[in-house]
Amino acid sequence: MHTAGCDILSDKKYKMETNELNAWFGSFQAIKNVSMKIRGNLTTAIIGPSGCGKSTLIRCLNRMHEVTPKARAKGRVLLDGEDIYSRDVDPVEIRRKVGMVFQKPNPFPTMSVFDNVAFGLRANGIRDEEFITKQVERSLRQAALWKEVEDNLDGCGAGISGGQQQRLCIARALAIEPEVVLMDEPCSALDPIATSKIEDLIFDLKEHYTVIIVTHNMQQAARVADYTAFMYLGELIEYSKTKRIFENPEEELTEKYITGRFG
Amino acid sequence: MIYGNLKVRKLKDRLAYAIALLCVFAAAVPLISILLDVLVKGLPQFSVEFFTSELPSPGTGEPGGIGPAMIGSMYVIMIGSAIGIPIGIFSGIYVSEYGNNWFGRSVRFLTEVLSGLPSIVVGIFAFLLLVLGLGGPTAYAGGFALSIIMVPVVSRSTEESLKLVPNTIREASLALGVPRWKTTLNVVLSHGRAGIITGVILSIARIAGESAPLLLTVGWSPFVQTSISEPISTMPVLIYLYGTSPYENWINVAWGTSAFLVIFILSLSIGVRLLTRGKFAYSRL
Amino acid sequence: MSPRKAYQEELDKLSSRLEKMAGMTKKAIAMAVESFERHDMEMVEKVRELDERTYGNLVKAEKEIIRIIALHTPVAGDLRFIATSLKITTDFDRIVRYATDIADIAERTSEMLHFKASVSTPHMAEMAVKMVDLAVDSFTKKDLSKTKEVFELEQKVDSLYDEIFREVLTYMMEDSQKITMGMNYQFVARYLERIADHACNIAERVVYMETGERVRM
Repeated sequence: MHTAGCDILSDKKYKMETNELNAWFGSFQAIKNVSMKIRGNLTTAIIGPSGCGKSTLIRCLNRMHEVTPKARAKGRVLLDGEDIYSRDVDPVEIRRKVGMVFQKPNPFPTMSVFDNVAFGLRANGIRDEEFITKQVERSLRQAALWKEVEDNLDGCGAGISGGQQQRLCIARALAIEPEVVLMDEPCSALDPIATSKIEDLIFDLKEHYTVIIVTHNMQQAARVADYTAFMYLGELIEYSKTKRIFENPEEELTEKYITGRFG
Repeated sequence: MIYGNLKVRKLKDRLAYAIALLCVFAAAVPLISILLDVLVKGLPQFSVEFFTSELPSPGTGEPGGIGPAMIGSMYVIMIGSAIGIPIGIFSGIYVSEYGNNWFGRSVRFLTEVLSGLPSIVVGIFAFLLLVLGLGGPTAYAGGFALSIIMVPVVSRSTEESLKLVPNTIREASLALGVPRWKTTLNVVLSHGRAGIITGVILSIARIAGESAPLLLTVGWSPFVQTSISEPISTMPVLIYLYGTSPYENWINVAWGTSAFLVIFILSLSIGVRLLTRGKFAYSRL
Repeated sequence: MSPRKAYQEELDKLSSRLEKMAGMTKKAIAMAVESFERHDMEMVEKVRELDERTYGNLVKAEKEIIRIIALHTPVAGDLRFIATSLKITTDFDRIVRYATDIADIAERTSEMLHFKASVSTPHMAEMAVKMVDLAVDSFTKKDLSKTKEVFELEQKVDSLYDEIFREVLTYMMEDSQKITMGMNYQFVARYLERIADHACNIAERVVYMETGERVRM
């Protein structure tokens, strides 16, 4: 495993870190000894062929992996230096700090656009309606959706286009002000125009959040990510600056994958 | 490529269609004839007095009405619902959301067994427990028996509706740092409410017409009742008592009540189907 | 069967075209110097023909490269290959231009006599051809050992050039009649030195293509 091009920062500057992380679905091991350090206020992409474990990896970063029946994980995952898998940590707390956007847009269809974005806030006990209204607008602006829905905030959450739904889900995740935003193939169900809007959005998010994005579209990783990690069959094969991976990767496997010669 | 004789296949197709149609008629004919019979004999009884007056004495010419029986039925239905619906819903929630273990599976199995119990057995149980044990037929014993019948229906439909809620919805909520129980109550339940409401209404329609348990538990009272710890008149029991009596006016009232019950239950069932049709089911409910 | 068949075919096609251009380049150098040595006008024409054909291939190669970039978004090794290809087509073109210049001189000096002591231009030409050969070989075979040889030869060519320069200068100083021809020898030597330089460029690009590092000799 090569991490060339990753200058070693003092550990404090790494927002998240995995240490010998392993994860299973029943008896199938999906992730094998993955150790990586993720920098804050940057976008890191994880690429690899289907089944390589990339979705499983990010689901371990916000403890969503264990929601699946018969799934378990072992190893350490640090958020700001603290292990999120230690016994006295409540996964619910972690998920407030590490948000997630899923592959298929999943707004709550029984709620309005406004209520969708406000849901996280209200469910976490916030009652101040004025504050909620402000946060909803702020999140929708950050998700580049405000202009399109500001006149119809009461419209059904599922009544908007796919690209808008995904941005709604992003706004919903941002509303609770997480520190890290995980994105599991956020654009794979969208058309190219919606995709490029979201890619622009990801670029802007870097300022306030740490973004980790799983994508099967290598060009997308090349476009949006500062660092890229390549996984294959559950292992981390290579992890370094995106321009290094795409100009001159260290590992032959990486080269084969990104030039499309996995056959 | 050789496909075989097209004409023969078409013939077989038409034959199969005809047989299916025939079966549909065979099934529909008894239903329709019962409905017609009941409505023809019962509808003429309808009048304002019919629904509001006191029960008629036997044999005399006074027409009377079924007001008390309607109120009685309402009591037992309400008691049954008050017990059966919450238990059914929470049981359904448990099995669907938390029941991926041996306990959940057992609960599910027992629910199925319960739903298959003959209603008269339920009646006997309630009789032994609340009538014999506590000294006499009462409205609440009837309500209790009906609730036992309701629980599996409500539980099953709740469980099925919740299982239909896509997992992506649950994950979306969990990923926002919302704990499991809140996710279930605020999101999953809300998403599946159409199905749950349907199940509840259908369970009410079901118990509205149950007679065996009532026969064994609520007894009969010719007067309007206000207390639930007394015997009470109910529509199904009225139909049994009056319909098997030798008095003509009673028999007429029985037909009228039958017509009313049938219309009531039919409207509930059809109404619920209409309400939940199409993708606008969410906004309507 | 490896995926991206169409893409691989286009890359291979480009490779062959570059090899073809390389062949033409080598021939052009050899023929140009020979035409100068032997005052062979037919060969001069052939050299000019080669120039046109090389240019035609250059245009085609450029088009192919642009198309590959637009349609297939090459990355990593493929990207470096494409970038290198684009650059070395220019090198080939320049080399053939210099060969043409030598052929022009051959034409101009067709009536003139060579100096008795043979000036080492044929030797220089041989080395230049060898350098181009090695450079192209290293490109097609992705063999870095050959680039080393190219860099070594470059030193030799440089010293040969100095030698020829002094030698011809001596001739010119001895006998002012020899100045015209002498100047021509200088030009020829100069062009050959430039050709060697371009061969060196090609080798440098191959090093980048294989390792991602940029070197300068």
